[in-house]
Amino acid sequence: MQKKTTILQLRNYLVATVQTTLVDQDFITLRDRLVSQVGNSRCTGVVLDVSELDVLDSFCVRTLSDMARMIRLRGADMLIVGIQPGVAFSMAQLGLDLDGVPTALDLDEGLAYLDSKSRRSSGRIPAWH
Amino acid sequence: MSTSNEKFDSPLSDLELPTAIEPPADRASTAILREIVAHLRQRRAQLLEAWASRISEAGFLTAMSAEEVLEECGAMYDNYLAAVETGSSKSLDSYAHELSERTVTRGVGTHEVVGTVLLLRDVLAKSLYAEYGQNQDNLTRVLGAYGPAASRIATMVAVGFVREHEHIIRQQQEAMRKLSTPVLTIHERLLILPIIGILDPQRARQLTEQLLEAIRSNRAKVVVMDLTGVATMDAPVANNLVQTVGAARLLGAEVIITGVSPELARTLVTIGVDLEKLATVGDLRGGIERAARLLGYKVVPIDETTTDTATE
Amino acid sequence: MALKDSMRPSELPGDNRAGTAESPVTQRIRIDAIPDIVTARQHGRELADRYGFSETQATLIATVISELSRNMVLYAQGGTISLRMAHGNPSVGVVIRAEDHGPGIPNLDRVMMGGYSTSGGLGLGLCGVRRIADEFRIDTQEGKGTTITVTKWSE
Ligand SMILES: Nc1ncnc2c1ncn2[C@@H]1O[C@H](COP(=O)(O)OP(=O)(O)OP(=O)(O)O)[C@@H](O)[C@H]1O
Ligand SMILES: [Mg+2]
Repeated sequence: MQKKTTILQLRNYLVATVQTTLVDQDFITLRDRLVSQVGNSRCTGVVLDVSELDVLDSFCVRTLSDMARMIRLRGADMLIVGIQPGVAFSMAQLGLDLDGVPTALDLDEGLAYLDSKSRRSSGRIPAWH
Repeated sequence: MSTSNEKFDSPLSDLELPTAIEPPADRASTAILREIVAHLRQRRAQLLEAWASRISEAGFLTAMSAEEVLEECGAMYDNYLAAVETGSSKSLDSYAHELSERTVTRGVGTHEVVGTVLLLRDVLAKSLYAEYGQNQDNLTRVLGAYGPAASRIATMVAVGFVREHEHIIRQQQEAMRKLSTPVLTIHERLLILPIIGILDPQRARQLTEQLLEAIRSNRAKVVVMDLTGVATMDAPVANNLVQTVGAARLLGAEVIITGVSPELARTLVTIGVDLEKLATVGDLRGGIERAARLLGYKVVPIDETTTDTATE
Repeated sequence: MALKDSMRPSELPGDNRAGTAESPVTQRIRIDAIPDIVTARQHGRELADRYGFSETQATLIATVISELSRNMVLYAQGGTISLRMAHGNPSVGVVIRAEDHGPGIPNLDRVMMGGYSTSGGLGLGLCGVRRIADEFRIDTQEGKGTTITVTKWSE
């Protein structure tokens, strides 16, 4: 079977890209893969690119925000990028909220966000020699 | 999984054309139609010429040159016969669509297109009459098969044309509405959206789509939406506005609202807006300053000694 | 058991679509399992595209179909989604009808307020669909089933 999502490691981030429309079980599979990999590879951030998704309904949004919380508990931040304008408006009309999961326009923006965030936090905490 | 989707494979065929040509009821009429078509194909050149002269007599298609008319007629003739022969509306349907695309913008009216098709129907009927007129029985059978098919085709072309016409008008209206709400890029990653006039539901929808698209194409991080020119809006439109702000955030952009009138403030509170989710600043100037700060800039006078008014 | 509820959103201002006509059902899609949801919403999007709905509106239509079909799978052992066009002036509409023979929704008023779910969901599906809809109608009868009809106009 063709992979519906790819996950690759970029510096200390995981970049997960959804390749095609996902059904519910695929979301769960993706969640489990990410939650497991994020700990194994000592990642500090996960960027999930959903630009290929044509609908984010209440089930998907709940799964995504659960996923973000699990990843947080594993010590990394998750960020969602690439939400299509129409999808974003549909989510807003449905009253769906990503519950504090940060979003950015695309992968570039997402990585820039994680970089600036890790710069800020490494600035606050003195280096450990 | 067991799906039993009716018409699953047929992509939405002939939805709003009640006039789609039904295949001829029986074998006999199929045979007649085939015979008719063979006859009409054979006489193509003469009939085309007769038709073209009827068109110019009637004063139709004057916006097109003589060659164009002839070319168009040739194409229509062939598609028309194919439709009579096969009973399938497919090629004719897409032809009607193309025809409208070619002609609507050039000011060819609906009555001309419909008139032209009706003329063809008559020219062909006349030829059939001449061919089969000697034998009354034969004539009845031929015209009985030809008449309904021809009428349905005429209706189809007309409906297709009108539909395309409406589509173009809608597009033009859309373009005009777009003009009435400019999205200004005043700085890399900063958009200004001054809204003036009445926000009705249609315009609100336009605004949402335009703004979200502009955020994406400009990679904007901050948008200042100035409502100084909007005295009031009703609850559904205000809700739409709040949802648009939420959607913009999902695209990674902050929206700052400025110039909220007292009445709008009342509406927004009535619909229970969450102020955590709506950043508002009193006026446009304040909004731009806030936006600049968000982007990591500071608005300062060029010459530190000039007073604040110099920046206005 | 009597028809429990039937509601329409307040008429939109300036909404005079008297004499609108509906064409016959264009698509009827059986929803038995989760993958059918994807099929159904793709059909909805195609229909919207074909009739000149904007990208955003097509997404709204697909989202409505997604929510309604998922509910049918989760709570009513499946059902059908039918799609048809409505012709108003000056716009066209997509009419989405979700019909099932499940248990019905006994506490409809509570459900429509939002935030209520019997499956650990957000409980936002139905009230969200109602917000998206230009016209919304729900008929539900305990033990017999639920029919939800949503119309989305192009303008
Ligand atoms: N077709 C149906 N038949 C029976 N009960 C239904 C049906 N649709 C919805 N319900 C009931 O209404 C409740 C609310 O539905 P709604 O779609 O609003 O939220 P949800 O499905 O629970 O969560 P989500 O936010 O993920 O959609 C459901 O939990 C279910 O109990
Ligand atoms: Mg639901």
